[in-house]
Amino acid sequence: MARKVDLKRFPGFQSMTYLCLILLYAPLLIVMVYSFNDSRSITSWGGISLRWYEDVFFGLEAEKFRAAAFNSVVIAIIAAITSTTIATMAATGMLRAGKFRGKSFSFALINLPLMVPEIVTAVATLIFFSAIGFNAGYLTILIAHIVFCIPFAYLPIAARMQGIEDIYEQAAQDLYATRFEAFKLILLPLMAPGILSGFLLAFIISLDDFIITNFVKGAGIETLPTAIFGAAKQGIKPNIMAISTLLLLVSVVFVTLSYLIGRMGQNKNGKQI
Amino acid sequence: MAGAISSGPPTSTRTYQGLGQYLMLPSWVIIGFFLVLPVGMMLIYSFLTKEFRGGVIWEFSLSAYDQFFFDRGLFGDEPAKIEWTYITIFWRSIWQAALATVLCLIIGFPTAWFIATRSGRNKAILLFLITIPYWVNLLIRTISMKFLIRDTGPLNTWLIEFGLISEPLHMVNTNFAVQLGLFYSYLPFMVLPIYASVERYNNSLSEAAADLYASKFVILSKIVLPMVKPGIIAGCILVFVPSLGAFLAPDLLGGAKNFMIGSLIEEQFKGNAGNWPFGAAASMILLSMVLVVLLFYARAQDKGGQNHG
Repeated sequence: MARKVDLKRFPGFQSMTYLCLILLYAPLLIVMVYSFNDSRSITSWGGISLRWYEDVFFGLEAEKFRAAAFNSVVIAIIAAITSTTIATMAATGMLRAGKFRGKSFSFALINLPLMVPEIVTAVATLIFFSAIGFNAGYLTILIAHIVFCIPFAYLPIAARMQGIEDIYEQAAQDLYATRFEAFKLILLPLMAPGILSGFLLAFIISLDDFIITNFVKGAGIETLPTAIFGAAKQGIKPNIMAISTLLLLVSVVFVTLSYLIGRMGQNKNGKQI
Repeated sequence: MAGAISSGPPTSTRTYQGLGQYLMLPSWVIIGFFLVLPVGMMLIYSFLTKEFRGGVIWEFSLSAYDQFFFDRGLFGDEPAKIEWTYITIFWRSIWQAALATVLCLIIGFPTAWFIATRSGRNKAILLFLITIPYWVNLLIRTISMKFLIRDTGPLNTWLIEFGLISEPLHMVNTNFAVQLGLFYSYLPFMVLPIYASVERYNNSLSEAAADLYASKFVILSKIVLPMVKPGIIAGCILVFVPSLGAFLAPDLLGGAKNFMIGSLIEEQFKGNAGNWPFGAAASMILLSMVLVVLLFYARAQDKGGQNHG
């Protein structure tokens, strides 16, 4: 029986969706557009130019931003590699090692960094390092980043591992592969898209963090978000919009990559497995 | 937070039977040592005596909590009155977070439903468009919002040009701006879990109801909403919890008059106040509130699980 009314449609839902997308994107798009503004004042439009991008790379504050960007990228790479490794081990433990003591506790623990409000984590970490007499510096930022990157890396890795049946590892073991060989030669290659996707998300999360970094960084050490925050506190200048646009594009590229890699892997393996 | 809320303990196979604890060891050590232990340390610090300009003196004291709730005058010798300053800040945070949650739900539910009921390519594109802001730097998003709504910003300029207003609307440094910032920051957090719930909704339930002459309104309120309730609750928590402890929106969009918990805590450590035990106590109170919300959620989820088998 053909229905006259489509039961999946409700009046106004479509316009709400467009409203939602406009609300989410309008501020970002406006900042992107104004970052190409030739005018020195940030309010009036003076034609298109790249002068503020030039300013970011070669202007008065270029040195500061370059150092901050370098710190951010180095910390993000190390934090992402470390947390992805830990998360891969954890996912294997949670999904491939049967029952063991402390398993349900482990699940809660891995997700703990997501439950505790960021500002509380920041305060607790600052107090902890101060109490054990550990000087704030690069290492404190790095350790804090590794902690909160673990659950973000864990999510896509565990999701992927859940989609892979263990028959391949079983088969390898039947053919006298050791468990380590089964892991290295079978599970790890199958897991590669999920691991890469987790790595990219952890990288972005570390690169973007402001609140925790702001608390645990040593004096004089800046990452890109803390440098942008410091500059923005003194007023939003056009060069802030240019650098924000750049950082925005980095995030979009990484998330898109993570999404495509995750999906690509599924298309290739999803049907076979 | 999304994954923590949406997926329970996963199922398991046994290829690496017996290695579980070794594989978990790094996460136990790292998270235990650098998150659980620090939170414990923070609890201890909230019961210590403050040292001026940051740090603590190792001497037990209840003064941080006392200062939070009671006013004993400038020299601490007057009879205790209730101190409203901090309770007001917490109260403001609670209602700002609650309002942001309601607004996100009003926009987020129709959006999630609409996206989940599209087909193939459109669905993937729309979902991806919602996901992107979720991952974009919150600091940059907040700065963008501030730029947009400044007195001389694009929004006011256009409204004046179109003749809708003659004087710029003053929005920055108001509670309204903070609210806008919170709503804007966490909107994707509402859409994604509701979307996941709607995806699992079986539309033949709607059809059965329609065959029995239920109107669309009845279908929506009596069938759809109860069925996607888990997603709605998860979305509400994902918006409410980070809004409650938000720092960037109140700091950049609000002024000194629009303090929220996050800014109050920050001021104790990075700002001029420099009262660590008080900051630790405020953090503990915030953390307890979040735990209460999460426990409430866990209980609601248990009940839901029993009802739907």
